[in-house]
Amino acid sequence: MKFNFLKSGAKVTLAVLFAIGTLLSASVNAKDTVKVGVVSFLTGPAGGPFGVPAKQGAELVIDAINSGTMPAPYNTKGFAGATMNPIFSDESGGGTKQVALFRDFVQKQNVDAMIGYISSGNCMAIGPVADELKMLTVFSTCGTPRLYEEKLRSHVFRTQANAVGDSLAAAKYIAEVYFKGKVTTAAKMYTGINQNYAWGQDSYKFFELGMKVYMPSAVGSSKPQFPKLFAGQYGSEISALSLDKAKVVHSSFWNGDWEAFVLQAMVRGFFKQKIVVSSVGGSGVDSLGKKFPDGVVMGTRGLVGLNVRDNKDPLNVWFVNEYKKRYKAWPLGPSYQYARSVLAYKIAMDNARERNANKFPSQQQVINAMKGLRFKSFVDEIHFARGDGHQAVHAISYGVTKYNKAKGEPGIEKLRTYSASCIYPPAGVKSEDWINQGMPGRKCN
Amino acid sequence: MQFISTVLLDGLVYASYLFIVSLGLTITFGVMKILNVAHGSFYAWGAYLASISIIYLGENEYNSFLYYFSIFLAAIIVGIIFGYIIEKFILRKMYGEDIHLIVLATFGIFWILEDLILIVFGVDPLMPYYPAMELGGLEVAGVYQGVYSLTLAGLATFVAFVCWYFLNKTKWGKLLQSVIFDREVSVSMGIDVTKVYLITFIIGGMLGALGGAYVAPTISVSPGFAIDVVVMSFAVVVIGGMGSVPGALIGSLIVGMLRAFAVHQAPVLELFIIYAVMAIVLIVKPQGLFAPPKPRKI
Repeated sequence: MKFNFLKSGAKVTLAVLFAIGTLLSASVNAKDTVKVGVVSFLTGPAGGPFGVPAKQGAELVIDAINSGTMPAPYNTKGFAGATMNPIFSDESGGGTKQVALFRDFVQKQNVDAMIGYISSGNCMAIGPVADELKMLTVFSTCGTPRLYEEKLRSHVFRTQANAVGDSLAAAKYIAEVYFKGKVTTAAKMYTGINQNYAWGQDSYKFFELGMKVYMPSAVGSSKPQFPKLFAGQYGSEISALSLDKAKVVHSSFWNGDWEAFVLQAMVRGFFKQKIVVSSVGGSGVDSLGKKFPDGVVMGTRGLVGLNVRDNKDPLNVWFVNEYKKRYKAWPLGPSYQYARSVLAYKIAMDNARERNANKFPSQQQVINAMKGLRFKSFVDEIHFARGDGHQAVHAISYGVTKYNKAKGEPGIEKLRTYSASCIYPPAGVKSEDWINQGMPGRKCN
Repeated sequence: MQFISTVLLDGLVYASYLFIVSLGLTITFGVMKILNVAHGSFYAWGAYLASISIIYLGENEYNSFLYYFSIFLAAIIVGIIFGYIIEKFILRKMYGEDIHLIVLATFGIFWILEDLILIVFGVDPLMPYYPAMELGGLEVAGVYQGVYSLTLAGLATFVAFVCWYFLNKTKWGKLLQSVIFDREVSVSMGIDVTKVYLITFIIGGMLGALGGAYVAPTISVSPGFAIDVVVMSFAVVVIGGMGSVPGALIGSLIVGMLRAFAVHQAPVLELFIIYAVMAIVLIVKPQGLFAPPKPRKI
């Protein structure tokens, strides 16, 4: 009797397990949804100016793709037909915590892909883990060139071009617009204030290398400043830079650090004494509004954010209008950068399905489709042309801040755009070697 | 000459900022023997409360005197509310427990209050720049300095004087010194130590909040910005001697001056030099430069 009971119990258990298994396998095969982790700073000093606009940019485009309401050519519904179910996660807490969360996403939450990451430190930590776990990961914003120059990645893509182009474009802009390639003022001419980690160090290094090419007679300061990330107080640094004869000050400050620096430097007349060139300070322009100083050379890490607000490309007009309607603010650089990563994922998914006789593609098929992909973004073209087809390059623009009194909003003037072939080395060549050789083969428009 | 005066001025401003923030930490430790990690939360809440007040006042073009009034009011409100709640309902139940447990408790309180900031104020940074903009810049030895930042030195001097007067010239100050010297003897002499603890914790909190509130107009006030402040204040307190008010003053001046010198002459050593000094002090004089004397108990 008791054996019968056990047998019937086992049957019920097996039946339940079979039912669950059938349901699970059905959902895997059908793939009505794709589960994707989207990681950006949602707390901490980088949350407001970077992480939250980044999340909003991704959210807006995901919703539009899921509902098929994005303009052409991206007006097909879904990601290879599936609806994306994004899981937004906070990037704060440092590399160790992010690696643990990444593992959790992959091994416990069984995501189909990961998108995001702003901090270069986090990208450097996540990159090897993504390859180890064989998880398709699309980095959105981080900029250190080391990610692909130290090692090629099998499962990691980056839609954002690296810091090399940002820094070279900044140096080229300074040389062309302010000095026409010749040093006519102080002998010691440029210096910098950058955060003391991968992004800040790399940014200044390549700015310096760029200046040596574009203005060989210019001399860099022996005391560029590298305060720690999130230092907040820059009184001594501003004094040291003020005493330095260098006229040009390069900064790749981002998050609240940039706003704090601007506030503290502004009341000390710093922006009237120096030519400040910021590679990523667009967020401060909006948060300080009409208080933000005119005359700051501003980059936005591509044709995004402040520098393309007046661009009439239909995709850009749609993005700006929808973003403003939904979030009551202008989309910032990170909003575009995250949206671009989502777009890249959609295009690769759709292409992979097409190549797979309209069947839902495997991860490897999506990776194959993304490798070397060239696609139209909101304003510019993104091309995975470096890092064995995993690292994107695109054009970079710089302009000068000028508050638009008529419109009552921040503006930009004297815009110049540099094509990717002008500011990035050819595939397979290390950036530093290329610059030191005088950038052979560069094609500037 | 220009270099020396600029370094001295930069060092003084930074030391003033450190002194205001670390004073509360050292007083709390001196009296209660608690390393209050939640001190950073007082700093953050002071900054947030002052920020929303200043932004409201600035946007509605109120008299600029009210900016400063709101800064002090924010510090008082934060100190009283959080100081009272934390001491009375959490720390008071833990006195007598292992000191490490109490540090962990304040660490937990720090993160709870940080999360509370996210819930109440959100993630968008606040920039209450009105007072700093209004005061503008001033040329000192050929270098423009922010006048508002220079007033930090005045505030630190004022706070140091009030603290000295309170500790040495008032009955309450003497009671406090007695508790710092020996809690048990103070109890046996009829001092209401429970009340002294509560008031000390509130005052320590107010000082932390005042640091945040006063600095707010020069920074971008955003979640998480107070974490480094705890670490830096801790370095100052360790150098000066935990629980010593003159120690906090001297520790702040040492850190401020050395940091300013490093930034001007060898920027790469900016952080190293602070913690190198801390390490040297710990090796040579583990109690800190001005640690209060300890009674020998038989």
